[in-house]
Amino acid sequence: MLHEPATPAGKDPASPYKTRLGIWMFVFYSLFYASFVAINLLSPLSMATIVFAGLNLATVYGFALIIVALIEALIYDGMCRKKEAEFAKAEKSKGGKTRSKKGKA
Amino acid sequence: MAIIIFIIFVVFVIGLSLYLGSKAKTSSGYYAAGGQIHWGVNGIAFAGDYLSAASFLGICGMIATVGYDGFLYSIGYLAGWIVALFVVAEPLKRLGKYTFTDAVDANYNSRGIKLFAAISTLVVSICYLIPQMVGAGVLVEPLLGIPHSWGVVMVGAIVITIVATAGMASTTYVQFLKGSLLIIFSTVLVGAVVVRGLSTKPDQGGAVEFYEYSHLAATKIGDQITVTDAGWNVLEQAEVKGGLSFVKLGRDGKESWWYVSNSDGVITLKESQFVVAKTDGKWINGAPASATNQLRQVGNIEKIRGESDVTTGSLSIFEYLSILTDKDTSVQTWKTASFVDSDGEKVTVYYPKVVSGDLIMRPGLKFKVEGTLLERLDFISLMLALFLGTAALPHILIRYYTVPSPASARKSTIVAIASIGFFYMLTLFMGLGAMTSGVINPADSNMAAPLLARSFGELLFAVISAIAFATVLGTVSGLIVAASGAVAHDLMDRYMNFQMDDRQKVRAGKISAFVIGGIAILLGILFKGMNVTFLVGLAFAVAASANLPAILMLLFWKKTTARGIAASIVVGIVASLSLIAFSPELYTLYGLNPLDAPIPLNNPGIVSIPLSFITLVVVSLLTPKAEAVKV
Repeated sequence: MLHEPATPAGKDPASPYKTRLGIWMFVFYSLFYASFVAINLLSPLSMATIVFAGLNLATVYGFALIIVALIEALIYDGMCRKKEAEFAKAEKSKGGKTRSKKGKA
Repeated sequence: MAIIIFIIFVVFVIGLSLYLGSKAKTSSGYYAAGGQIHWGVNGIAFAGDYLSAASFLGICGMIATVGYDGFLYSIGYLAGWIVALFVVAEPLKRLGKYTFTDAVDANYNSRGIKLFAAISTLVVSICYLIPQMVGAGVLVEPLLGIPHSWGVVMVGAIVITIVATAGMASTTYVQFLKGSLLIIFSTVLVGAVVVRGLSTKPDQGGAVEFYEYSHLAATKIGDQITVTDAGWNVLEQAEVKGGLSFVKLGRDGKESWWYVSNSDGVITLKESQFVVAKTDGKWINGAPASATNQLRQVGNIEKIRGESDVTTGSLSIFEYLSILTDKDTSVQTWKTASFVDSDGEKVTVYYPKVVSGDLIMRPGLKFKVEGTLLERLDFISLMLALFLGTAALPHILIRYYTVPSPASARKSTIVAIASIGFFYMLTLFMGLGAMTSGVINPADSNMAAPLLARSFGELLFAVISAIAFATVLGTVSGLIVAASGAVAHDLMDRYMNFQMDDRQKVRAGKISAFVIGGIAILLGILFKGMNVTFLVGLAFAVAASANLPAILMLLFWKKTTARGIAASIVVGIVASLSLIAFSPELYTLYGLNPLDAPIPLNNPGIVSIPLSFITLVVVSLLTPKAEAVKV
């Protein structure tokens, strides 16, 4: 017997969209993160370059990696919610049409 | 004060557990809090789970001793949540039931997956448990004045009570409470640090007089060192691996060890601290160790933008970092060396080393990014394991089952990223604050953050220590729930097919929690003195090697088979643990020469993670198609 989720999750038509979006956002962040590692290895001295308010590239890039993660997360959530709402709306109107057809019948 | 706050907190936590325990009677309630936790609460509880002793004690301690290199852990730990959010959160929520094993086995019902995924959960949880218990022991020594081993026993007993009374529900609320308090009071501490500013003679707000270490001019002819000042006699010289030299000096009948600094041929002897293991006990700085004779706390700025004798007063967060980044700012950091003296006694010397700000505020002091190819590979390996490890930690994965829907799983991950990210930014300030405030215990950097809090008064120290203790408490609770789930649910119920009703399953989980808690207590005592951040970094590498390839490939590769998953888990565990066991860091721990280690890398991820992926692909391709996942 296969396992079931602890709480049953209904069918999610937005799932393929969210998966695709997630992968693209993951790829973007991975490149951003990999660039940080690459700069450290290929040009470590450039990490000491002052770039903003007396802070060097290492500090600014480090904070940016944290802040960009949050910004990306919020964008992802916003886009997922929008798509979920679109499908919910379409489902609702489909349900309404079905009901009105049944009423006519 | 500390004891009162601590007791209030512990009584409250146990009371909460008993209350929630009366509600959790089913296995769903025990392992997944009934799947009804609000996403906001779960998000902060994620932070509580994740911000373990390694984050609060370990990272702050590492930044306090090696600067920016410690902050790399903050960056890597946070970046790992991106994998969790974008790739794992929602699909995993749809697949699983109670445990990591449920999730990877959801489409296969394979005995091999059940067995090896459960073993993997146990191995990763135990790797993660050891540093938490060690951290608990380290904390209670100054907090409650009891020995390390009793601290470990106390944490174990409280955690077993919490887990055995209510499982995931009470663990979640303890984590929520602890996560919230940790972030709030760390913000208060960072506020206090920047308001106090920087000083070349930090005196902990007037509480501890600044100790100025002496320097002596010397000459070196051949191998013989002679002190220029006639009052000092060189009694002994010691050469240590890595080209370090120390001399034992005598004056007025007192003996002391000094570090020999050679800067472009100019010899300077720098006053150091030292511990000698004598037959009649430990001697510190030339006298027997006692309550009043301990190692002095260290760490201060020597020059602020090229000037000595400066106290800045209140600074903005940018000015604070900017001063420390300046190449003309220099900080006195402390290193350790050990050797056996002419009397055959083991001497440990803590010696000062001045480092300029531009070196402190970029990678390089610990991770040799400008070093050999192997040293660079080690750096890549660490960053890879930190990035990929988060989404493969069993005690983090099971938290996805406590919320009611995949959308709630996504939203709780975003709350986690916000709160954890904010905390990790604070670690840089806490670590640098400790580095420059004269609060570091040179023999144990793990206490940097609580000792920094003590420099602002006993009240903040008491609160921060109680929260740090709760940090350990909460993380250990989560790990024991995950490990007990692996034993009772995955192995006993699913793999061995023991016929148990719902109530018996809960009882099995509670008995498992007792046994695993006991093992954790034992390991916490045995591994005393090990670096907590280092151990957690290894747990990430094991998790990323054993679990992540299985999770990712079953979600995104249709040809993945049960045998492929089982094989990749086995190869991931064996490869990562073997590489760790024969690494230079572990050779040092065994008391062997690290240069003799057969594996030159300290971090195994760069080898073990790809190996696990390749194993999964090859075995899946060789497995009959009938076993392929049905999507």
